[in-house]
Amino acid sequence: MFLGKVIGRLVPAVIYDGMQGVPLLWVQPLDKTGADKGDAFVCADGTRMAGCGEMIYWEASREAALTLDPSYVPVDHAVVGIVDDLYLEDES
Amino acid sequence: MILARVAGSITSTIHHADMVGRTLLVCDKLNSSGEPADGYVIAIDTVGAGVGQTVIILDEGNGARQILQVDGMPVRSVVVGVVDHVG
Repeated sequence: MFLGKVIGRLVPAVIYDGMQGVPLLWVQPLDKTGADKGDAFVCADGTRMAGCGEMIYWEASREAALTLDPSYVPVDHAVVGIVDDLYLEDES
Repeated sequence: MILARVAGSITSTIHHADMVGRTLLVCDKLNSSGEPADGYVIAIDTVGAGVGQTVIILDEGNGARQILQVDGMPVRSVVVGVVDHVG
């Protein structure tokens, strides 16, 4: 899993069967310190509760689709949880 | 499996149902010199590893789900060992 920040919300007009109602978020991946790293991508929201500006952790590939029910859906990035606090040794 | 060093941890109250009670560790991947390189990964702890320790991370989904004994859990990276010494 990796850190990311929700930077937008998508509203699909047409979507694959089984993905109706699944929130789609635009996510900027972050490095471990919370700085932007890499290009943004679209994430399904497995928590259904993430919102713009929040730090989340996401999973990619087959594991991403497992956050959803049904899990046999065309998803390659998904939010697994929302970060409350990020503790790093260097900051203490 | 990959060699990594635990750099910190994450707390989360809103997450996928299978993540309840799991410890999430932020781990720096190590290169062949034992230095942090090539990014980081957030892994679920199964061995009680702490910050600063060198650990072994299993980075494969099916194996991770078998270790955690949860079918269909959205996890790929699991800390499966603490390393005392790299010769």
